[in-house]
Amino acid sequence: MVEWYDLLNEAAETGNPPTVSMMISGNCVELLEGFDAVPMYPEVNALQLAIRHQSLEPILLAEELGYAADNCAYVKADIGAYLKGITPTGGKLPKPTLVLCNFVGCNTYLKWFEHVAEFTGAPLYTLDVPFMRADEPSKADIDYVVRQLHELVKLLEKLTGRKFDYDRFKEAVRFSARVEELWSNIKHLARTSPSPFDAYFDAITLMGPLYVYRAKPEGVEFFELALQELEEKAQRLEGANDREKFRVVIEGPPPYPHFRTFRDMFAKWKACAVASTYSTVGGLWEFGARHDPEKPFESVAMHMLAHNVTNRNYLQRYDQIKRYVEEWGADGVIIHFVKSCRLFSAGQGDMRDYFAKVLGVPTLYIESDLEDPRYFSEAQLRNRIDAYFEALEHQKLTTYSPPRHEDTKRFYG
Amino acid sequence: MIANTINCEDIIYDLNFPTVREWKDRHPGAKSIAYFPVYAPVELIHACGMLPVGLNGAGDRLDIQHADARFGSFICSIVKTTLEMGLTNHLAPFDGMLFSSICDSARNLCFVMKRNLPDLYADFLHLPHNPNSAASTDFLVSEYRRLQENLEQMNGTRMSDDALSESIKLYNENRALTRRLYDERARNPHLMRTSELYTLVRAGNFLPVEEHTALLQQIVDELPSRTGKQRDSIRIVIEGSFCEQPPLDLIKILEEAGCYIVDDDFVLGPRWFLEDVPLNGDPLRALADSYSNRAVYSSVRHDFRKPRHKALIEKVRSRNADAVILLIAKFCEPAYFDYVLFKQELEKEEIPHLLMEFEEKMFTFERLRTEVETFVESLLFD
Ligand code: SF4
Ligand code: SF4
Repeated sequence: MVEWYDLLNEAAETGNPPTVSMMISGNCVELLEGFDAVPMYPEVNALQLAIRHQSLEPILLAEELGYAADNCAYVKADIGAYLKGITPTGGKLPKPTLVLCNFVGCNTYLKWFEHVAEFTGAPLYTLDVPFMRADEPSKADIDYVVRQLHELVKLLEKLTGRKFDYDRFKEAVRFSARVEELWSNIKHLARTSPSPFDAYFDAITLMGPLYVYRAKPEGVEFFELALQELEEKAQRLEGANDREKFRVVIEGPPPYPHFRTFRDMFAKWKACAVASTYSTVGGLWEFGARHDPEKPFESVAMHMLAHNVTNRNYLQRYDQIKRYVEEWGADGVIIHFVKSCRLFSAGQGDMRDYFAKVLGVPTLYIESDLEDPRYFSEAQLRNRIDAYFEALEHQKLTTYSPPRHEDTKRFYG
Repeated sequence: MIANTINCEDIIYDLNFPTVREWKDRHPGAKSIAYFPVYAPVELIHACGMLPVGLNGAGDRLDIQHADARFGSFICSIVKTTLEMGLTNHLAPFDGMLFSSICDSARNLCFVMKRNLPDLYADFLHLPHNPNSAASTDFLVSEYRRLQENLEQMNGTRMSDDALSESIKLYNENRALTRRLYDERARNPHLMRTSELYTLVRAGNFLPVEEHTALLQQIVDELPSRTGKQRDSIRIVIEGSFCEQPPLDLIKILEEAGCYIVDDDFVLGPRWFLEDVPLNGDPLRALADSYSNRAVYSSVRHDFRKPRHKALIEKVRSRNADAVILLIAKFCEPAYFDYVLFKQELEKEEIPHLLMEFEEKMFTFERLRTEVETFVESLLFD
């Protein structure tokens, strides 16, 4: 990660390599490899600021500019930091060669990138990805995205003055497929009890390298090592906590400004997240989807359309969580409502209703924010979490057994 | 002629949807499709022999009993009142409901409605956000075809191109008259109050297009004989109320406080196109192409060829307006975001502006009244 920030610093100072501002979810980072261009992720900047307790100052600045108290605070932190010249590492960030809004579900992306383009003066291209309104993308959906990818190649050729290297692109797609395989295998390790890692809190720490190095050999190397370590841990029956008592699925982004405190609230109960939706923002691969070097453009399009949680519809999210509960053997679902993020949160009351009432899964609903440190009521959260696990403990002792999927081998391949 | 007897205010606020029920009585077996703001291709629905209806939430006419628990805090009111209407059987006159890619809350609402109302055909239209790409119109054509096929299946009959051309023609006429009335109001705001124009246009959401066109025509015809006196007022453009609608009383308060509203983005769906949808060639393609190339600017349509904040300034200039009121629904994220660049551009152009926040279900307006009065005074006596 530090190397990546160094590269961006270099780009800021020398104008090289070319940089492209992009969203994490459903992106086409493989295509950038064909130009030797480096991705910049405003979301990563924002969350890094939050984790380092630096997000409030830029948020306040953005609010002075006119951003509302109820706008996604990622945007506020990012724009505020840009205008103040604050970066997570203290290095410089370049003016992007292109602001590429890969629109995958989140409408805030569209606004955010309009604003980035406006404030930086960099050119903007919106790559419009049809939302998943059916179970699978249609041929028209795929064609539309592929045609835009080709337009993007032309645009980048013009902006960077470089010729698109198709072989590099293909190779990048191959690396992605491999990283996805490894990441998916890691996710599946959480199906055994005890899970060797926490598929929410630990997965989030693994997500940085995933975003920055997915399409690179460094990514393959990193995740091979990570998988190996975790496999060994699993063999030793070593859990994420010293003794796994509860297995939960967590829905929603974390409160980055209070990450440690929040994590401790679960660790205290020896509760381990065995799966999470947030860790599929970058890509949803544990159900088998992969990039395909034989069909690089189509598979990039498929990734953007169907294989990331943000472009999937709300009911597909219900199914995703339901599968986690069943196939990963969870005791309950934690829904973390994040004030900033309507993509995740709008309708989570209905989600709770579905899991608690329709499926009868013990479900906890809590609220805070992913970026704004002011929305975190520690005592209240602690009480709710404690009460939830107390009840779950009681229930476990008496009746409840989580629904388990019959065929747990199905996704091991 | 029905036009003479129509009371627009009754129509738009009656949650029994009497005009829809009447239409269905007159057309046994025919279906009605509602759409959530902001836009839907009503011509397509009409050409399938169905009645398209633009819903704009329930205002203050419905007690929220169930929807709050589904959509919690920080979500705008229209999402909740729409769901509440569904959960309390108010949407019974409709056979289907369309949503589109306007914001995250409305999108999730579509799927929550699907789960909670399994008998309602709820569909999500992906209206493209990259009008600069030639692929975008092709895509929208296929999206409209998909909708067409779904509607045909509900009906058991096919829609013909001729029927679609005919529908486009009817809606073109309707929109042309609406544009005409908007121009008339900008010219003579003392002869055409916004509270009147607003209800008149919005009533079109609930009436068969032919009837509504007749109603508009009637007003256009009688306008020249209207007389009235100019008041001391400032000329205002309203921006930000494209989805959830402010209470009518609030619009009246703005006028009473001395605002001549000379343009606005209220009820934008029926006014979506700046010019006629062309009638030569493939009608479906013309409709799709118009979405990208003949549409109004709006906070829910993204067109990086022409930034919205530039378009707002043009609107202010061409309407000869003195100021802008950014009238934003509480928790409306697209409007909140756009406010930042609007504000910046208005300041650059030295155009006075005022930010006001409303909720469709609010019923006391004292604070807002004071704000707007102060704003108007500061401009009148400048
Ligand atoms: S609304 Fe949610 S998904 Fe969208 S940018 Fe903000 S945090 Fe990310
Ligand atoms: S009022 Fe705004 S936030 Fe609410 S549904 Fe409409 S566009 Fe979305």
